[in-house]
Amino acid sequence: MRFYEYEARKIVELAGIPVTKYGFCQTADEARKVAEDIGGPTVIKSQVLTGGRMKAGGVQFADTPEEAAEHAADILELEINGLEPVGVLVDPKAEIKQEYYAGVVWDGTAKKPLMLFSDMGGIDIEQVAEEHPEHVGRGHISNLLPVGDFEAKQVIAATGVTGSRLNRATPVLAKLARLFRDNDMLLAEINPLAELTDGTFVALDAHMEMEDEAVGRQKKLLRKDLGIAEDDTRDNYVPSRFEKNVKAIDAADHRGVIQGKDHGFSGNLGLVIGAGGGSLTLTDAVRSQGGKPANYSEIGGNPSVAKACGLAKEVLQKDGVEKIAVMMSIVSNTRVDIVARGVIKACLELEKDPAETIAIFRIPGAWEDEGAKILDHYGVEYCDRTVSLWDAAGRAVAKIQGASA
Amino acid sequence: MSILLNKDTTFIVQGITGREAINLTRECLDYGSKIVGGVTPGRKGREVHGVPVFDTVAQAVENHGGQIDGSVVTVPPGFTKDAVIEAIANGIKLLVIVTERIPRGDVAEMVEFADMHDARIIGPNCLGLIVPDVCKMGGIGGPARDAAKSYEPGAVGVMSRSGGMTTEISSSLTAAGLGVSTAVSIGGDAIIGSTYAELMPYFEADEQTRAIVIYTEPGGRMEAQLAEWKKEHDSRLPIVAFMAGKFMDDEEMQGMSFGHAGTIVEGKEDSANEKIKRLEEAGITVVERIDEIPDAVKERIEA
Repeated sequence: MRFYEYEARKIVELAGIPVTKYGFCQTADEARKVAEDIGGPTVIKSQVLTGGRMKAGGVQFADTPEEAAEHAADILELEINGLEPVGVLVDPKAEIKQEYYAGVVWDGTAKKPLMLFSDMGGIDIEQVAEEHPEHVGRGHISNLLPVGDFEAKQVIAATGVTGSRLNRATPVLAKLARLFRDNDMLLAEINPLAELTDGTFVALDAHMEMEDEAVGRQKKLLRKDLGIAEDDTRDNYVPSRFEKNVKAIDAADHRGVIQGKDHGFSGNLGLVIGAGGGSLTLTDAVRSQGGKPANYSEIGGNPSVAKACGLAKEVLQKDGVEKIAVMMSIVSNTRVDIVARGVIKACLELEKDPAETIAIFRIPGAWEDEGAKILDHYGVEYCDRTVSLWDAAGRAVAKIQGASA
Repeated sequence: MSILLNKDTTFIVQGITGREAINLTRECLDYGSKIVGGVTPGRKGREVHGVPVFDTVAQAVENHGGQIDGSVVTVPPGFTKDAVIEAIANGIKLLVIVTERIPRGDVAEMVEFADMHDARIIGPNCLGLIVPDVCKMGGIGGPARDAAKSYEPGAVGVMSRSGGMTTEISSSLTAAGLGVSTAVSIGGDAIIGSTYAELMPYFEADEQTRAIVIYTEPGGRMEAQLAEWKKEHDSRLPIVAFMAGKFMDDEEMQGMSFGHAGTIVEGKEDSANEKIKRLEEAGITVVERIDEIPDAVKERIEA
């Protein structure tokens, strides 16, 4: 789950890291009032879940409250990368001495969070790491032991920062590391972390992302502290009709799991396939042999006849779909006969001949003899494990190309 | 021989009264595995296929009258961390975590705790591991009768990020007469207890194993880690890899996850093509087609 900048700043603030006196506004009037309170030059920033705000004109500077209101009015109307902002953030224009970067990310190899710090802030950290590796300090933290200030200090000192700057930046990075762990973040960044002319450190911009799996146990932060509604998932992804329908069929019955995606697919061969790894392998095998998948899907966990039927029907009703390929890697939990019944039922309900419509049925494993019998009754050839996933995909492609030719 | 399991391996099933756990208990018992107890808090006194159920791991250990080697953990995501730490705190050294959708902070905590206690975690989001004709720990391969069809003892160690593909590949190795020494479904999440590189030393030490097959997907650095391991160690074992999900390299698929939670292309290093390049640079054979695996293994063993 992603956060808007004003929320990320709030998270940082809640962790005890100093921030500027910013205000979140949804109207030009509110922006004027916040700018008046600030009482000096301000920065008006679009609150939108996408990068490239500066380039798109979503960040403007104002000398007076009137100017702040004008900019706010413009930015509130400005779409960036197709997204409308939820508001603007009005921030005092800081007197910056130097910009730093502080961040925490997961290191999947070490299986620990990794602290990052640079004295070259304000720009992309990956670029700094590539061009000036000596300006990036790194250090893992334990998943179990408390994060010590000294650990953050070591990371910062590695970049050559010393003196009072080191002592002032240390608690910022240590607190960021703690909030990363406490709040199940996938990413917690302060960039820039600014050293102001008076020597204090403040977070001028923050970027946070929480793991979706943890959203359920972070209710206090999400609902109470940030006031984010339960149904606000921050997902920019707009599901297609096919994707929505498959999801609804899956939700209607607890037995087994079906998933379907067709974003980026527009071919004529419908795929009724599974499970996780098998689906990836089969989608590649179809494409490598010149086939054009109409969709991606996954069947798993022994779905009911109704569920298998529902998925097959949705695939068959997609525009341009001529045939379906029903293929899975060897199943031990999902039953071959149940999937066979489901896909045949789908064909019959749509008044299609199963023998013509099912380009291939390759699912070896549990209850395969029963499945083969059902298929045979409708004139559909059954393929067992002696037909590889590659060959199964190839046969399906050959059939549909033969039909189209 | 084998890795991690042998004919004397004892284990418990945590969450044994759940639907899936009841099935896998039956399957493992039929295969000859030694399940010495089950744990579901509040269900002490019951039996699942003749296996006694306890409230705590400590009770199961006491009833067994000695150390228990492993545990298959099938409890809901919110309870998994505590269950795993409970098992390790009671002397269990091999954990198979079946549960999906565990926050990665919890997984990382469990792994760090396991490291401190010399315990090893397989998974989460996996089907476990199997030594053909000897022992099966988890749902891998399905019912004993089906598992016997796909898995015959042999020369190849299999590691796979997909549970289903572990069996698909093993079946093709069995059909080709190569057989399997030990097959491990390592799990489909971004952070897992045992990566390819972390299991390689076990296979290296196993005389029966003469080659390794890995099934891999886009996302993460696990393959890069294996490539580095291979370069740093003068391993006697040839490795054959199959990469699924090459279609995810297409631009319109960026940032989308398919199949498993860990399968998402975010950076350049994550992509299928980048991984294939790294593996090949390290001397690992990457086959284009899934059905080329047995021949590639034969070629590498004979070379």
